[in-house]
Amino acid sequence: MAKSGDGAKSGDGAKSGDGRRREIVPTITIPIGPIHPALKEPVNFRITVEGEEIVDVDVRSGYNHRGIEWLGLRRNWIQTLYLAERICGICSWVHPFCYTQAAEDACNIEVPERADFIRVIIAELERIHSHLLWVGIAGYEIGYDTILHITWQVREKILDLLEFLTGNRINYGMGMIGGVRRDIEEKHILKIDENLKYYKEAADQLINIGLHDKTIEKRMKNCGILPRKDALELSILGPTTRGSGVRKDVRQDEGYAAYGDIGVKAVVPQDILGSVTGDVFDRTVVRLVELKQSVEIIENALDMMPSGPVMYEKKPLKLIKQMQKESGEGIGMHEAPRGEVIQYIRADASDKPARWKIRSPTINNLLACRPMLLGDQIADIPIVVASIDPCISCTDRVTIVERDEKRSKKKEVLFTMQELRGRFKRKVFV
Amino acid sequence: MAPIPKLLKYLGRSPWIYHINTGSCNSCDIEIVAVLTPRYDAERFGVVLVESPRHADILLVTGPVCHQNLDRVKRVYEQTPDPKMVIAVGACSSTNGVFDGSYCIDGPLDDVIPVDVYVIGCPPRPENILFGVVKAIQKLNALAEGEI
Repeated sequence: MAKSGDGAKSGDGAKSGDGRRREIVPTITIPIGPIHPALKEPVNFRITVEGEEIVDVDVRSGYNHRGIEWLGLRRNWIQTLYLAERICGICSWVHPFCYTQAAEDACNIEVPERADFIRVIIAELERIHSHLLWVGIAGYEIGYDTILHITWQVREKILDLLEFLTGNRINYGMGMIGGVRRDIEEKHILKIDENLKYYKEAADQLINIGLHDKTIEKRMKNCGILPRKDALELSILGPTTRGSGVRKDVRQDEGYAAYGDIGVKAVVPQDILGSVTGDVFDRTVVRLVELKQSVEIIENALDMMPSGPVMYEKKPLKLIKQMQKESGEGIGMHEAPRGEVIQYIRADASDKPARWKIRSPTINNLLACRPMLLGDQIADIPIVVASIDPCISCTDRVTIVERDEKRSKKKEVLFTMQELRGRFKRKVFV
Repeated sequence: MAPIPKLLKYLGRSPWIYHINTGSCNSCDIEIVAVLTPRYDAERFGVVLVESPRHADILLVTGPVCHQNLDRVKRVYEQTPDPKMVIAVGACSSTNGVFDGSYCIDGPLDDVIPVDVYVIGCPPRPENILFGVVKAIQKLNALAEGEI
């Protein structure tokens, strides 16, 4: 579809190097997206190729901007919680988890200890489902549909469990400021145990496939390499940075909620494979081993879970009344399946947040596409882009970057939030 | 409900589906993929997710139409050959859902392109999406026989 490449430019590419060769092989710009079968979400990649080799990459996003922060400031604390849940459908626990932590931090609400453990259990169940989903998508991108069907079949079981625990397959509606809405009872624990047993075996099987399958090895090894230096410089997050050998994991570094009690260690390929290349294969291995790690975390959490209440205040209106009296700032963080999510909330003694800022991992990780793709082949684009596990719906709510063509062709203009607000006012409300 | 083979008489084969994400939160999208994978396995009916709108009979559209996607949705709709059915999957594309009132949303979908079937839910269950597809085929059949 979009591979026809309407933006063909015959150019001698004013770059240094062998000028003569460039005259023979013109550079062509291939637009991929926003609506493209290889991408499940609307985002636009402009990839400049010289023959088969990629020489430049540009990412344009914003096709998924829904103005969530703006909406959140116009709804009350509890309504915004459900809006936070719908930032992303794959990590639909991550954002409410962060939002509730930030709101509790801002309004001085104490969370019962049991609720912290339940939050961790749901978060890890979600990580299992998200990583399985990713392995399937990665299999699909390399044309290995068997993997897609195996992992998605395995994944259905965890959705059943989440439905049993929370009442919904996706968008669980489990979070509440000051706790969680449903308790984990004895019948739930039995079902969780049964599932964990199943997932231990499934994870072993998948790790076996991931490490020893020839197709996976040939397509993923030495492709889309992200060196450790680049990962640190670009501040890449989550499994993408751990695949390059950086021991970065918020669960390990901060120990928020119940993670501090449970104790988590970042999974890095040097511990599993013995060496790091930072390619797609390493990232796949990290994700597969994290499946096993999540199962262990849930087991520990179930063992250590204390008894007691799960909510600070059962009546939402009473809760909002109390939050109206408080003012302050709060930060919530969570290691989402894709990397660290941070949310900032300022409470201004009103029934809604005065400022709500979301920073999701994909905004950092998208930057990694350029060092990964440079020098690779066109056929590797889908798997390399998929290897950062992009979640565009989380991303498209940050500062807008626009190219100012008049001033300078290469200069990018960064708007401050003040300017942006002015922009939106002019365009929409007047 | 008429049996499926009779419904498909008009098309001559199973319907092919094209999926457009107009800025959804992914939950409807992963449920659509779940429809195609082993648990629900729509491919056993011959329902395939195709890679170009020019091959499609049914458009599955998710998400409230974000401003930047407006032209693209219209263009994809125009590229799809007639007869075509449009299914609005999820609360967002049907009614804007939780994003109603935002400054950069041009939805709901029926403001932008004609919609035939609405599948409500946040996200709808895979069974619901399959049922929506069956409803769309019924409508296609009724159109062919001049009932509508």
